Amino acid sequence: MDPEKCEGHARCYGLVPELFNVDDYGLSTVVGDGTVPVGLEAKARLAIANCPEYAIEEIAG
Amino acid sequence: MARTPAVHGWDTDFDVLDAGYIADPFRIWDELRKACPVAHSDRRGSTWLPTRYEDVVDLAHDVEHFSSLEVAVIPFDGEEPEDPVLLYGLPPISSDPPLHTSTRRLLLPWFSHRRVKGYEALTRELCATLIDGFKANGRADAAVDYAQQIPARVIAHILGVPPTLAGTFTGWVRDVLEFADDPERRAHGIEGLLTFFTEEVAHRRTEPGDDLLSELLHAEVDGAPVEESVVLGMAALVLIAGVDTTWSAIGSSLWHLATHSDDRARLVAEPSLMPTAIEELLRAYSPVTMARVVTGDVEFEGCPMKAGDRVLMNFPAANRDPEAFADPDQVVLDRALNRHVAFGSGIHRCAGSNLARMELRIALEEWLARIPEFYLSDDAEVTWAGGQVRGPRILPVVFP
Repeated sequence: MDPEKCEGHARCYGLVPELFNVDDYGLSTVVGDGTVPVGLEAKARLAIANCPEYAIEEIAG
Repeated sequence: MARTPAVHGWDTDFDVLDAGYIADPFRIWDELRKACPVAHSDRRGSTWLPTRYEDVVDLAHDVEHFSSLEVAVIPFDGEEPEDPVLLYGLPPISSDPPLHTSTRRLLLPWFSHRRVKGYEALTRELCATLIDGFKANGRADAAVDYAQQIPARVIAHILGVPPTLAGTFTGWVRDVLEFADDPERRAHGIEGLLTFFTEEVAHRRTEPGDDLLSELLHAEVDGAPVEESVVLGMAALVLIAGVDTTWSAIGSSLWHLATHSDDRARLVAEPSLMPTAIEELLRAYSPVTMARVVTGDVEFEGCPMKAGDRVLMNFPAANRDPEAFADPDQVVLDRALNRHVAFGSGIHRCAGSNLARMELRIALEEWLARIPEFYLSDDAEVTWAGGQVRGPRILPVVFP
């Protein structure tokens, strides 16, 4: 998650609260170190594909 | 709304208040995207109309060349008051940094996910009560009797003013946004809002409550209190931006479900689709167009924009761009790739987006739970408003 790009749309948190936190100003961060648990890959990609600011990136582990 | 002269070519003479444009802007945007993606018009001052997703997003992010000091789609055509109360307009929406940054920071926590969750029960009860009021009739005006009734009451709660004022609020906001081409109505709406908030502010200086107005009055920025002119502008903004917009989104979504039985039935059968369905309805029927003012002569996509020109932030057209969305005119309730910009893009992202989204979701959930099957009673009776905010204003539906 790139905090410079995030503008607080909170689309990621709204769609996939399991993987994202959001603060009172709307800025989102990944839960923990951002590692996506097995089974939540599709949801993680849904969050990426809904960010209007291209602030979330998938990093292969 | 006043009748406007016939448009002589959408690329050089567009008119966002043209009746045909308001009813169906989608075909016009499709044609423009292919031939002249940034249209121009001199009808209400030199104004540009981008239609591509990429262009709208680029414009929204370039706050240096495209200022938010004027965000009204229809420029005010009446006499400016000699002694204006709102020295800074309606910050943060009508401001650039640094005033934008400080006022936005004051406002955002009131519309955070956490706070908005606290307004959910009230919204749900309100929606349920409204439906109970007309369900037995077998028919209702989904715009007037339902959509229009919801946001003004929720906003009244946040501002700490009586919900009985909701109808008055709606009248002022429509004067300002929907009848913006009528200087008298626009001035009337602004005056109503300002007189009201000036009195509310005076009252809260002596008797502060647990509400947004009271907090703004007692807030500090860099150790100094917020100027009253700024507080009044922010209060007016919350009302103006939080009523017509959300009501239009609720109305358009109900129009879609009334006219697309397959989507309606699917959403009833699969309520888990609601989160993506909400985003998809917001994309397909984005209500809000904003404006920017060009700060200095600049060329954008080959267009010679002059200082003082207006550029319309055509978020609704961006969201129908086939370059950004597969089958953009198709509503796909589980659309996965959906970077829509219904709430804008960049630093002016709608501060109330969490609230709007919650109201839309609850309004649809409560409606579908009680009225799972409904249809337009007569397509010809439906009317739409457009310009700054597009949505149905009369929407008669029947249900068995």
